[in-house]
Amino acid sequence: MKLVIGVVRPEKANDVLEALYRADVRGLSLSRVQGHGGELDRVETYRGTTVKMGLAEKVRFEIAVSEPFVQPTIDALCEGGRTGEVGDGKVFVVPLEQVVRIRSGEVDRGAVTPVQGS
Amino acid sequence: MTSPILAQATGVDTGDTAWMLIATALVLMMTPALGLFYAGLVRAKNTLNTFMMCVGAIAVATVTWAAVGYSLAFDEGNGFVGGLGHAFLQDVTFEPRPDTTIPHLLFFAFQATFCIITTALVSGAVVERMRFGAFLVFAGLWSVLVYAVLAHWAFGGGWLQAGGTLDFAGGIPVEMGSGFSAFAAALVVRQRKDYGRQALLPHNSVYALLGAGLLWFGWFGFNGGSGFSTGEPSVLAFVNTLLTPACTLLVWFVLDLMRSRQVTAIGAATAIIVGCVGITPAGGFIGPGWAMLLGALAALPSYAFIVWRPRTGLDETLDVLAAHGLAGLTGILFIGFFAQESWNGVADGLVYGNPAQLGDQALAVLAAPAYAFVATYLILRFVGLIMPLRGTGYDEASGMDVTEHGEEAYTSGEGAILVVPEAGVEEEVAVGRP
Repeated sequence: MKLVIGVVRPEKANDVLEALYRADVRGLSLSRVQGHGGELDRVETYRGTTVKMGLAEKVRFEIAVSEPFVQPTIDALCEGGRTGEVGDGKVFVVPLEQVVRIRSGEVDRGAVTPVQGS
Repeated sequence: MTSPILAQATGVDTGDTAWMLIATALVLMMTPALGLFYAGLVRAKNTLNTFMMCVGAIAVATVTWAAVGYSLAFDEGNGFVGGLGHAFLQDVTFEPRPDTTIPHLLFFAFQATFCIITTALVSGAVVERMRFGAFLVFAGLWSVLVYAVLAHWAFGGGWLQAGGTLDFAGGIPVEMGSGFSAFAAALVVRQRKDYGRQALLPHNSVYALLGAGLLWFGWFGFNGGSGFSTGEPSVLAFVNTLLTPACTLLVWFVLDLMRSRQVTAIGAATAIIVGCVGITPAGGFIGPGWAMLLGALAALPSYAFIVWRPRTGLDETLDVLAAHGLAGLTGILFIGFFAQESWNGVADGLVYGNPAQLGDQALAVLAAPAYAFVATYLILRFVGLIMPLRGTGYDEASGMDVTEHGEEAYTSGEGAILVVPEAGVEEEVAVGRP
């Protein structure tokens, strides 16, 4: 089991969701985050104050998957999130110790596989 | 310069002038109110750009109106367009304009606010994708070539007015003019890139309701001032501006209930606009009872169109055609049926034995939309030749606020690094000590 974390552009979040759906990946969390990945800073001006927006808005996907789904999930994040410009984001894959489904007490593989899934 | 005694001698009425000063300010307020209404209906990342289109219209249309627009609309000319006798406010003085009891200068300012809001209205068709600079250029050309011409037809002694068509406060130039121009603008500028692919939802319904409320407030000056006096037509139009939108609201509630079993807030905001638009041409011409019927009837075509339009490829983003074009058209035709000489002192409609009035009204319904559509289409094609009309796909995806204005509506300040510090930096205040 792996936890796949994808940080993508907010405007590409819908495309990523669509790609994940097509890859049959179900069960994910999504949060709005701010971060810096070395992209160019954006300059904004408010009256006399000029600021460099050092942190960019991103959307962070967290998807826990069983082994056969790891690669399709990574592919979906890359395919849905890519524009080719600096600032498209990153995918992190980390090992997962344990997963428990709170309702039934199922653990691990049973728990990461959505109820209607395969 | 002019003493009150002299003002009276030249035919200026102080009461009328006082009311028209206030009415002018009320109508000017409608444009920022429209900005608020529109800003609520777009996505959060386009809030400022959408609002700025309305602010931009104030800047551009005021200048073009003072330069040539007012003259082309209200100077004597031919049936199609006025002359240039009042260009750059020539001979626009404290002397009252003929047939009015207010200073000519004030008459000019009141009409300027109409040109401004009409220009701002058209932006509703193209927000979330059109470049701000291209819109300003378009606004300058449109305010002269479309608005001033239609205003001449309806108010300035042009062929429709001369032929007997009745339009109290702007069903022809303002409502049908903006609505059918919006239709053409949406076709030329084309869909937003996410249209039909993603849900494009209003981001703040409270803005929309507050904007609609302020528009209604301003509309009392818009309709109530269009008699240019404190006389009976103004009072009638003022009161009808209360009655008609209230009826539109109630009917809209019922339609919403029938469609989705819930009364919606965005629907209510839309209904207020539709009702105000419906009574705009008819305000001073129909009795209060008929005004209430008009409110109920005006809801139907606009509601049907707003439900149907998003299922088509026409991304007329904020439904200017439905809310202004169709409701204005309904109001113009309604006069042909229910105008009542005992109320307006001018003419009867079909119901009161004068079928010819309906013919005059029908003529306006055919001519004004056709002119607005064709002229707007050509203007935008022309502007498109000199500069790109739309932002890039990246601009659209990031939001027009950041890419066009370098600002955000809802900035948190987190992650913002000061580049040019504000002057007079004081010693840092220690945080967290008693």
